[in-house]
Amino acid sequence: MNDRPFNRRDWASHPPFIDPAYKSTPLRGQTKPLMPIIPGLSELTGPVYGAEAVGPLDSDLTKNGVKDGEPQGERIIVAGRVLDEDGKPQPNTLLEIWQANAAGRYVHHSDQHDAPLDPNFLGAGRCVADENGFYRFTTIKPGAYPWPNHKNAWRPNHIHFSLFGPAFATRLITQMYFPGDPLLELDPIYKSSPEGARERMVAEFSLDVTQELFALGYRFDIVLRGRQATPMET
Amino acid sequence: MTLKQTPSQTVGPYFAYGLTPEQYGYDFKDLASGDLSTAASQGQSIRIEGCVYDGEGNKVPDAMIEIWQADGQGRFAHPADGRGSNTDFKGFGRFGTGTDGHNRFIFDTIKPGAIDQQQAPHISVIVTMRGLLTHTFTRIYFSDEGAANETDPVLSSVDEDRRPTLIAQKQGSTYRFDIHMQGENETVFFDV
Ligand SMILES: [Fe+3]
Repeated sequence: MNDRPFNRRDWASHPPFIDPAYKSTPLRGQTKPLMPIIPGLSELTGPVYGAEAVGPLDSDLTKNGVKDGEPQGERIIVAGRVLDEDGKPQPNTLLEIWQANAAGRYVHHSDQHDAPLDPNFLGAGRCVADENGFYRFTTIKPGAYPWPNHKNAWRPNHIHFSLFGPAFATRLITQMYFPGDPLLELDPIYKSSPEGARERMVAEFSLDVTQELFALGYRFDIVLRGRQATPMET
Repeated sequence: MTLKQTPSQTVGPYFAYGLTPEQYGYDFKDLASGDLSTAASQGQSIRIEGCVYDGEGNKVPDAMIEIWQADGQGRFAHPADGRGSNTDFKGFGRFGTGTDGHNRFIFDTIKPGAIDQQQAPHISVIVTMRGLLTHTFTRIYFSDEGAANETDPVLSSVDEDRRPTLIAQKQGSTYRFDIHMQGENETVFFDV
């Protein structure tokens, strides 16, 4: 068992706690410097979910919300690997996703966007990466949707991703975007991550992932914190 | 290092049906909830509740709190804890602040045992919400563990006047733990 502590969060990649262009941050982001902590067992351990935790349809969003027909929209496959900074696959990692439907509407009670709900699409899914860190979802391409951040503000097409990795410390919540989306350059949430880093959240169109006569494929690899090269002195 | 970390993004306002579906009434099974105890969990049953406050002192109605803790004997249900957790206690909980009338998070759990001789009993916490671009880490300590808290290395490393932000106050069998994102009582958040 590799019990070396994890590399620090890479603050040259992650957004700041307060970014005035995203108007919800000034009152919600923390303001005092983070306190250093000596990583112990609490940080080196984390929730364990095996393949038995997820149902057989959980990774297929075109099936797991079906009531009486197929969901509307463009079917896609999103697949990739969960890795750490050394390129080591992160096996048996839980991935949870949620997204808007093809019309840009979330099932969520508080989404007031005047776009149709799809009775056959929930928009939530999950899977556990295999022993080589591979994961795969089948879903519907999410639509863009307006939000009240600024005048004529629209979120680019995106899928929300939540992962744990090997420990509580490696937790990551992010969003996957689509290549060539003109809204990316106008989106304060995407742009809250520094240039040179945010591009890592854009999936790649992949003919290999694409399934003939069925669905376009996108490749999205996710990189979590790696292990420190030398054990931290305590 | 050959690869760079994938950037964090906000959980946004619509996480509920993906991450806490049953709590919010969606037709999708929960992986985790605010109830961590199971019939076979050994230890002292406790409740932890609190609110998340923004910079204007308003309760945040769309935050998600996650907790991770040792069992009643101070052992984690995870392979990195070689001692092995000897109960069927999983140790992970998740609760959104949008379903309680007072925008509280509520966890029914087992009071964690001390992990070792140095550390006071504590629970690890992740705070996330719309408007928080990167999740943040804090810890819950317990007001009735005064002696252990005195010597805990993490708690001792925090300025004395900010220490109370990390200590849940016992009221009967319930512990109250509020999280302040900003202001005079800003909770201590850790660089985990
Ligand atoms: Fe969204």
